[in-house]
Amino acid sequence: MGGLTAQEWMAVELSLRVAVVATLFSLPFGIGVAYLLARFRFPGRDILNGLVHLPLILPPVVTGYLLLVTFGRRGVVGAWLEQFGIVFAFDWTGAALAAGITAFPLMVRAIRLSIEAVDPGLEAAAATLGASPLRVFATITLPLSLPGIIAGAVLAFAKAMGEFGATITFVSNIPGQTQTLPSAIYALLQVPGAEPQAMRLIVISITVAMGALLLSEVLARRMQRRIAS
Amino acid sequence: MTLDIAIHHAFPAATLNVAFTAPAGVTALFGPSGAGKSSVANAVAGLLRPDKGHVILNGRTLFDAATWVPPHLRRIGYVFQDPRLFPHKTVRANLLYGATDSKGLDGIVDLLDIAPLLDRRPSRLSGGERQRVAIGRALLSSPRLLVMDEPLSALDSDRKAEILPYLERLARETSIPILYVSHALSEVIRLADQMALMAKGRLVGFGPPADVLSDPQSAIHLGARQAGTVIEGRVSAIEHDGLVRIETGSGPLLLAAQASTGARLRIRIMAEDVLLSRGTLEGLSALNSFPVHIRMIRPDGPMALLQLELDDGTRLLARITQRSVAGLELVPGMRVHAVIKSAALIDQS
Repeated sequence: MGGLTAQEWMAVELSLRVAVVATLFSLPFGIGVAYLLARFRFPGRDILNGLVHLPLILPPVVTGYLLLVTFGRRGVVGAWLEQFGIVFAFDWTGAALAAGITAFPLMVRAIRLSIEAVDPGLEAAAATLGASPLRVFATITLPLSLPGIIAGAVLAFAKAMGEFGATITFVSNIPGQTQTLPSAIYALLQVPGAEPQAMRLIVISITVAMGALLLSEVLARRMQRRIAS
Repeated sequence: MTLDIAIHHAFPAATLNVAFTAPAGVTALFGPSGAGKSSVANAVAGLLRPDKGHVILNGRTLFDAATWVPPHLRRIGYVFQDPRLFPHKTVRANLLYGATDSKGLDGIVDLLDIAPLLDRRPSRLSGGERQRVAIGRALLSSPRLLVMDEPLSALDSDRKAEILPYLERLARETSIPILYVSHALSEVIRLADQMALMAKGRLVGFGPPADVLSDPQSAIHLGARQAGTVIEGRVSAIEHDGLVRIETGSGPLLLAAQASTGARLRIRIMAEDVLLSRGTLEGLSALNSFPVHIRMIRPDGPMALLQLELDDGTRLLARITQRSVAGLELVPGMRVHAVIKSAALIDQS
């Protein structure tokens, strides 16, 4: 893709980095929350479920603003984290945080469905064979829900690639630092005559999203076959 | 070994209230569907936490008011109705899942004849093969007790016939006590050293199968068609006309059946197939009759269940009408003749 300018390349590279980091960091939490929701009844379960799904229905600008208030330099969590050198405000890490949080509901949903599809009878059988709850989870529940975990991760990755509203609200639109693919497209669309450039980035967006969906399908199907045969 | 249990638990639609102490060997939990047998098995294995009671295995308390040992620390092997093999693991990996090492593998593989299956996935096994692997998997976890919850009920009769001999070998060749849940009386008679008879969440009989089955108090819970007793015998000869002669403690029985000389058998005699006569019998087509005395008479609607005792102490049940009881003036202690119309062999290899 020699036709891209340095700034456009930066946006693509940044978006990939943001999406990969967002997906990898949220995956353990996604699996944990999905397992909790799928297998346990506890007080506050409905509230946890609601909180997880909130970013899906909240206007992204609200999510972004709440992140700014919480994780900004003067935010409660942000100020505390800054002591340890962790800064989210106006940095690509903030874009990753925003992307991770907006993609979280999709990830949890896919993983939860696949965990719920694992026969609890198999887990009970493993327990009677002497396996601790942790071993049951690691050797039975996790491998059997792997197709759903992969699907959830890829879906979250695609969603993170496309995150715009919360990102621009939280970390703004600074080329090379926080300008992701969607932010770059948005910026180009504000410039008269830059539509052909925007078009190239739009094609890249569609390709990455479509590629991710197809990949998740293929991986999930291959996993399913490995488990079944 | 002893398994001492008392289980009280309220389900939304039923209550479970069962207590017994089982000695070593195979203990069958027997009763109709819905009697609460599986719940008892689950409580023993730790898959159900009862409201009240206790579970004590070999002196080790697994559950009481102050104790709760989770299932993975109980060392109780469980063979479920469905084999529950792990689909993503090979047969070998399934077998070794609960084992500390692979030392016992060869012996179990031989016992259950599953050597050719070791590298396959469970989805490529037949129903009977899967259940054999599930049994092997439970055994290899070196359990102190093996719970089997209707391990044959999901199989057709051919598969049942395939697995039953393995279970018999298991009961004879391993020293692991077995709690065997079943609603099939033939399996219980073949396998069990003692049985716990359950009905509607309660224990209604406990002891060796021959005793429980010949007790009119518990037999009444088996229903009219199932009430009957079991006696043991040995095939002494095949007669010239093909009838099998079986020596029992009370005399020979002649049956039309398939058996080979020398075989030890359990013979099931249904209460409905036993007639009573006050005098000696002449001109009757039945071949088998024994002098007995009446131990107990229990009315059951227009019918009555009578417990009879042969001279060697073996007990029989007879189910006849109340009218006959009155007409023949039958009372406990009276000596009469029991005529056995038919009896079924229960194979024992």
